[in-house]
Amino acid sequence: MSALARRWLTRRARAPRALRATVALLMGTAALLILASPRSPQASGAATPPAATGSGGAAAPAQAPQPPGTGRSKFPEAPAPGERTVATPSSPTLLAEGRSLYEEGCSSCHGMDLKGRTRMAPSLVGVGAGPVDFYLSTGRMPLENPHAEPLRTTPLYSRARIQALVAFVSSFGGPPAPTTDPGAGDLALGLHDFTLDCAGCHQIVGRGGLTIGAIVPELQSATAQQVAEAVRMGPYVMPRFGPRQIDQHALDSIARYVLWTRAPSDRGGWGISNIGPIPEGMVAWFLALTALVIVARLIGERTN
Amino acid sequence: MIVARRPPRRLARTMRLGEERLGAARAIKWALRYVFPDHWTFLLGEIALYAFIVLVATGVFLTLYYVPSDTQVIYRGPYDLLRGEQMSEAFRSVLDLSFNVPAGLLVRQIHHWAADVFVAAIVLHLIRIFFTGAYRKPRDLNYFIGLTMLMLAILEGFAGYSLVDDLLSGMGLAIAYSVALSIPFVGAQLGYLIWGGQFPGSSDFFPRLEIIHVLVIPLALAVLITMHLAMIMRHRHTQFPGPGRRERNVVGTPLWPAYALRSIGLLLAVAAVLFLVGGLIQVNPIWQWGPYHGYLSENGAQPDWYIGWLIGALRLMPNWEPTIAGHTLIPNPFWGGVLFPTVVFAMMFAWPALERRVTGDYRRHDLLDRPRDRPVRTAIGAAFLSWVVIIFAVGSTDRIFVRLHIPYEEQVHFWRVGVWLLPIIVFFATRQTCRWLARTGSHPLRAWEGALIARRPDGGFEVLADSPEGPGSIESGPPIGTAPGQESEL
Repeated sequence: MSALARRWLTRRARAPRALRATVALLMGTAALLILASPRSPQASGAATPPAATGSGGAAAPAQAPQPPGTGRSKFPEAPAPGERTVATPSSPTLLAEGRSLYEEGCSSCHGMDLKGRTRMAPSLVGVGAGPVDFYLSTGRMPLENPHAEPLRTTPLYSRARIQALVAFVSSFGGPPAPTTDPGAGDLALGLHDFTLDCAGCHQIVGRGGLTIGAIVPELQSATAQQVAEAVRMGPYVMPRFGPRQIDQHALDSIARYVLWTRAPSDRGGWGISNIGPIPEGMVAWFLALTALVIVARLIGERTN
Repeated sequence: MIVARRPPRRLARTMRLGEERLGAARAIKWALRYVFPDHWTFLLGEIALYAFIVLVATGVFLTLYYVPSDTQVIYRGPYDLLRGEQMSEAFRSVLDLSFNVPAGLLVRQIHHWAADVFVAAIVLHLIRIFFTGAYRKPRDLNYFIGLTMLMLAILEGFAGYSLVDDLLSGMGLAIAYSVALSIPFVGAQLGYLIWGGQFPGSSDFFPRLEIIHVLVIPLALAVLITMHLAMIMRHRHTQFPGPGRRERNVVGTPLWPAYALRSIGLLLAVAAVLFLVGGLIQVNPIWQWGPYHGYLSENGAQPDWYIGWLIGALRLMPNWEPTIAGHTLIPNPFWGGVLFPTVVFAMMFAWPALERRVTGDYRRHDLLDRPRDRPVRTAIGAAFLSWVVIIFAVGSTDRIFVRLHIPYEEQVHFWRVGVWLLPIIVFFATRQTCRWLARTGSHPLRAWEGALIARRPDGGFEVLADSPEGPGSIESGPPIGTAPGQESEL
């Protein structure tokens, strides 16, 4: 190989010297121009990763995740008339239990006075029942590392303890938790609105995906109640949708559609996780083609 | 006795029929006596050929129902979730094909799986051709035809699933449009020419795409396949070196009666596997994706696997756009979407001439190389393959992020370096492995058969005569399976 490189380096030039000089001059000028020209803001900015889908037409919600406690407040609005809510339970014993649970499991970040701590945890004063129920019932809180993305896990608290914590935090003010009645929703409207408002991040069959700096969760374990709470509150980097954007009927329909995605209509057979071409390519290579290569192997050699 | 004698008689009658009318007896005899050498990897191309036949058969059926129109209609069919939804007539026709036409969904799924397998089989066939040196003179011309067919097959597949106008393919077309726009100087005009206007294009677009998919490319593929096969017959098959096998002969099975039956068996196997997969495993469930509109998008949209390497390249490419005085000279999608595939195919097209030049071997070659006997070529091929495969795999980094929680940006940054480092490691590892295999004579796909040994009175061991490895001393057995003439490494 080295002999080859030497031969290439010491080869006789085929183009005349004048032509080579002109080309070199032109290339040099072009390089200088490119280096000297004002860089566009896109090119000079920090190397942003390409958009999740690499799509030309799709506008991904390019909202960088804000550290909890520093972002703008996303307090839920008071429910509009006609909205379904859950009555917040309250009793002195419940409040007392909630207080002790809070002091034990939440106060180290959110503070004894619920006002939160800068760059650590947001204030809980006035958030109401919905966010508390959402974060606790999906196991996202309590969070081990306050700077990590809260991801769905097994809930730490039982239903009764979550009720106590909801009662305690709600006693500092805020609206009751929103909820839905999926039975009153319309599945076709649910798919339509989910495509418009949710699929850009959650994938069309609710299989989750990627947004800048955050994992978008799959929705197959979400309950109708959690769907309502997430839509109205906008947890983590998710935008909040008020009743003017998604009214109660649309919310019921979306919840019904999300529940439907647990077992979508796989009329073509085995659904291979409903995320499209990646598992399809695996089936083509590792199942179909591999089977055929084995057949070829079996019938290909008969003489030996 | 009669049963055994009838087929030749019938054959003779057919021969006479052909001879009396066409004077074709010699040609038929020549074809029937065509000898196929025995090796299972020679069947990989046949898998692709038979997948193509399945594609044509199912494609004709689908064409009868597809409507290439972007006219907006309201769906009133049997699928509840989309009833009342606005969609293009193209999308509705595929929904109706899937839900209303008997066996429509089955045929559509077979067609889609067959396309995936078709391109995969071509790639596997190409890998076999490369690593055994089957592309060398005089077959380099046929190798170029094969590469052209691979390009056409990728284009054909993309055109095919883009016809449906569902959410996924609509986003794919949007990306393709951006890539077309990114070609310096001609991009805007090219995009206008293909789409008949700005994205999503004029009403002419889907009829155009349909003709390209059902007529232009299939016809080109059919012509090229014919040329490909005719040239194989003209050159005769290559074969691996072995007893009695020389450069100018072919040892194997004649077409009639042995090989034809085997090949028909493979055709039936390909059809069977594709029907089985098409009937049991769902592919491209467009009713779940829903119709495409320019304002819609979904997360995690991916192309079919044979476009995946381009998506990977788009993702991997740093945000690099040379500008002159504020004008973007080359938009970013150009690097991954246009330059990368051009480079990959240019390298594959240039390889036979490059190899001839470097090795100075301008001779005709009818005997194949075992990959291990040409360590440098095998290593270069493996490194090149790993380069493309890494870029292909980067196309699914978002799903890896969701599944394994490895941060997306870090994956991309890692592979921006790894995509150059790993092929180098692969190069040296492959070269070492080849040399080791050539030296020891062991076979990577077969288990080591072992050796029967006996202890000598002086305490040493010797390999017995009836051992699978043959007789000899353990310390210095002669390498087995080395073919003559392996001085040159490339």
